[in-house]
Amino acid sequence: MELLLILVIGMLYAGGIYFILRRSMVKLLLGIMLLGSATNILIFVLGAIVKGKPPIIGSMQDVLDKASADPVPQALILTAIVISFALTAFAIVLLKRVYALLETDDLDDLNTPEEEDI
Amino acid sequence: MLLTVLAGFITSIFIIPFGKILKSKWSVLLMALPVVLFLYYTRLIPHISSGGNLLESTPWIPSLGVNLDFRLDGLSLLFALLITGIGIAIYFYARTYLKGHPYFDRFFGYLSLFMSAMLGMVLADNMLLLFIFWELTSISSFFLIGFNNTEPGSRKSAITALSVTGLGGFFLLAGLILLGNIAGTYSISELIHSRDVIIGHPLYPLVLGLLFMGAFTKSAQFPFHFWLPGAMKAPTPVSAYLHSATMVKAGIYLLARFSPVLGNTPEWSYPLMIVGGFTMLFAAYHSLLRTDLKSILAYSTISALGILTFLLGIGTREAVIAASVFILVHALYKAALFLITGIIDHETHTRDITQLSGLRKVLLPVALAGLLAALSSAGVPLSFGFIGKDLIYEATLHTPSSWIFILTTLALITNICLVAAGFMAGIKPFAGPLPEPFKKIHLPYTSMWLPPLILALGGILLGIMPDYAGSLFSLQAANAIFGADTQLHLKIWHGFNTVLVLSLVTLAAGTFIYMINKPGKERLNFVKKLNHLSPEYIMGKSVDAFFRFSEWYTGKFHNGYLRSYHLQIILFAEALLAYKLWLSGPIEIDFFSLAMLSVYEVAIVAILIGALIMMLTTRTRLTAVVSMSVIGYCICLMFVFYSAPDLAMTQFTIDTLTTVLFVLVLYKLPPFLNLGTKKERYRDIAVSLIFGIILCMVALQAHHEPIVTATSNFYGDAAYTEAKGKNVVNVILVDFRGIDTLFETVVLSIGAIGVYNLLRLRLKPSEKE
Repeated sequence: MELLLILVIGMLYAGGIYFILRRSMVKLLLGIMLLGSATNILIFVLGAIVKGKPPIIGSMQDVLDKASADPVPQALILTAIVISFALTAFAIVLLKRVYALLETDDLDDLNTPEEEDI
Repeated sequence: MLLTVLAGFITSIFIIPFGKILKSKWSVLLMALPVVLFLYYTRLIPHISSGGNLLESTPWIPSLGVNLDFRLDGLSLLFALLITGIGIAIYFYARTYLKGHPYFDRFFGYLSLFMSAMLGMVLADNMLLLFIFWELTSISSFFLIGFNNTEPGSRKSAITALSVTGLGGFFLLAGLILLGNIAGTYSISELIHSRDVIIGHPLYPLVLGLLFMGAFTKSAQFPFHFWLPGAMKAPTPVSAYLHSATMVKAGIYLLARFSPVLGNTPEWSYPLMIVGGFTMLFAAYHSLLRTDLKSILAYSTISALGILTFLLGIGTREAVIAASVFILVHALYKAALFLITGIIDHETHTRDITQLSGLRKVLLPVALAGLLAALSSAGVPLSFGFIGKDLIYEATLHTPSSWIFILTTLALITNICLVAAGFMAGIKPFAGPLPEPFKKIHLPYTSMWLPPLILALGGILLGIMPDYAGSLFSLQAANAIFGADTQLHLKIWHGFNTVLVLSLVTLAAGTFIYMINKPGKERLNFVKKLNHLSPEYIMGKSVDAFFRFSEWYTGKFHNGYLRSYHLQIILFAEALLAYKLWLSGPIEIDFFSLAMLSVYEVAIVAILIGALIMMLTTRTRLTAVVSMSVIGYCICLMFVFYSAPDLAMTQFTIDTLTTVLFVLVLYKLPPFLNLGTKKERYRDIAVSLIFGIILCMVALQAHHEPIVTATSNFYGDAAYTEAKGKNVVNVILVDFRGIDTLFETVVLSIGAIGVYNLLRLRLKPSEKE
């Protein structure tokens, strides 16, 4: 199964990179989201993969069963998901503003005014 | 001593708030600076000339071995007196010269800064401190040369001077650090104890080379001489101060200062004699071709610096004596001649000697000063220049017999040219009939003609009382350069000997050349034809080439397109990761440790991949966004399978929110345009596939590494016993890493505020474009 997940990671990375090399702002944003998901899974795979044993201490126990899933990558990923949401939400709204102002989705159009100033 | 060095810095700082006041009559207050400093150092003459010296140390950066160590010995005193003494003349002169100039205050700010830097340099006893002041002189002279900042020529000269001297400074720093490492100390006065270690060290030639680079650039030795004539774009007081008496002598000072430590070896002598000898001859000849007064003086200054380098290269007792006297001789007459040129320029508005003549009738005191300075520069008996010239011949005659002829001839030709050049600058403008347009000229203020007259008179006075001058100024300076007692004793009359004959020949031949030399346009044109061979031309070309390279480089790598930056970063990351993977060898996979596959898992992965492909190939935004959310839900399901309920819940919520937000915002966007070319597209596909493959390999490699469970075990053990929580992931986030989570909340809030405001923002129509 890990091999399959690793394949997924590679594909997500490749897709993300392909998208951030495009000129469209929406694609750029989607690319960043893909890269984020890929990284999350990468972190997840680096811990041991365990089925059906969430890192929750049983009701009769004081310590976590050693066979449970690794809690540390999960804590990291949780943080990453939330933070990347903040980024995505802001970027989406920013995109809307840029589109409202310039009526374009082309990143290349964004740096033309600056060049005209020079 | 520290205070005297700081005085100029403090003054220039005070000019910032009080500049306006100083433009009025109060500018006389500024004159106090050089006067007080000069008096301070005059007071110290008896102590130093009897062989003593002064040490002062203030800790600055002790950990780096950089302390404000100042040491006053004969050599430092000679320079300090020159800097402050000629400084007085320059200050008074410039006050009148620049009267009413809009940047009057700024000028004195720069000048005070420069004077302090120069003083600090000659007093510093720490090599790094010396370097700092050295660079400060370069920087402050940059501002002074470029003082007329509205003229392109002036700015260009300033940049040339700064880049040449800055380049030298760079080498100097390397040389000084190397020297400090070899000797184990940065204190200049302690270096002398490790002379044998330094000279025997294999890096000794390198140290010398680096120091020479510093000295040659600063003191305008061939092939770095060209910045000095260019620097004549500066106001005349600056030329007089920096480019005759002080800054250009910094290189000479450096050589003189390190002469007892590093000198008297073949590696030291030959380069200095060759470079100095060539420079003095080359520049002396050039000075005869010029018609601009300042150019003549610039080239004769280069020539004089060449003589000094040459003498320090010879390094015998006689040569050192000659150098220590010639420094003083040259400073006196050259500063006077420059100031006279300034007056002529100021009054007649020309510096072309083919047009100037007869000015003695209208500018008598100036003419007198010119005559005296020219006599001293020519070395007419009873002038101080005579003694200087005698000593030079004395030095060349006291070399190994095979050298005597060559060196003496070199010195003779140089001196003959310099006599003629001195006459051209000091006498030619005043001799002959007075042309009509100059008849209305009247004498400028006393404060302009008195300084050069005093300097020129000083040159004669010291010549009449050489014994006095020698014991007060030159003896200890020569001792400091030589590193032993030189028993310097100056006399007017040496009796009839070879030296006297040489002196008379010089004088006669020089006068003869002055009579027949007719510099004019044709000669200058001839020089211009050879321009493409000159170091200045070559340097200009290489600078141009460098600019073109930077322009090409910037255009190539900083073209302003986001995707090209992405591409560069990714390619670099790929190269780096691939290299690292290649180093770490083959990847091993342990198939037995892998988790088993089940049907749902394969199905989910298949859906995910399908969604990904859909997303990458679709032409509508909505499909792409929906595919993205499908990918998100697939990941969410994976989290469910692999024991991460918290992650699954979060991912589910966030994914839903993102999709909703996306759809709300994007419903009115047009479909994707096909913007890139096919070639770009294939290139990008290749780049991204390679990145994906590399990341897969990295993941495989990392997965094969044994998992360190210490951290996880700690949290697993402590979650309930210490934090009283059963869900370990939650306990980590809100308890053990509570502060981190708090900041995460802050980040989210900032994001929320940003989103809210962007949505509410209503631009006026005028702000839209």
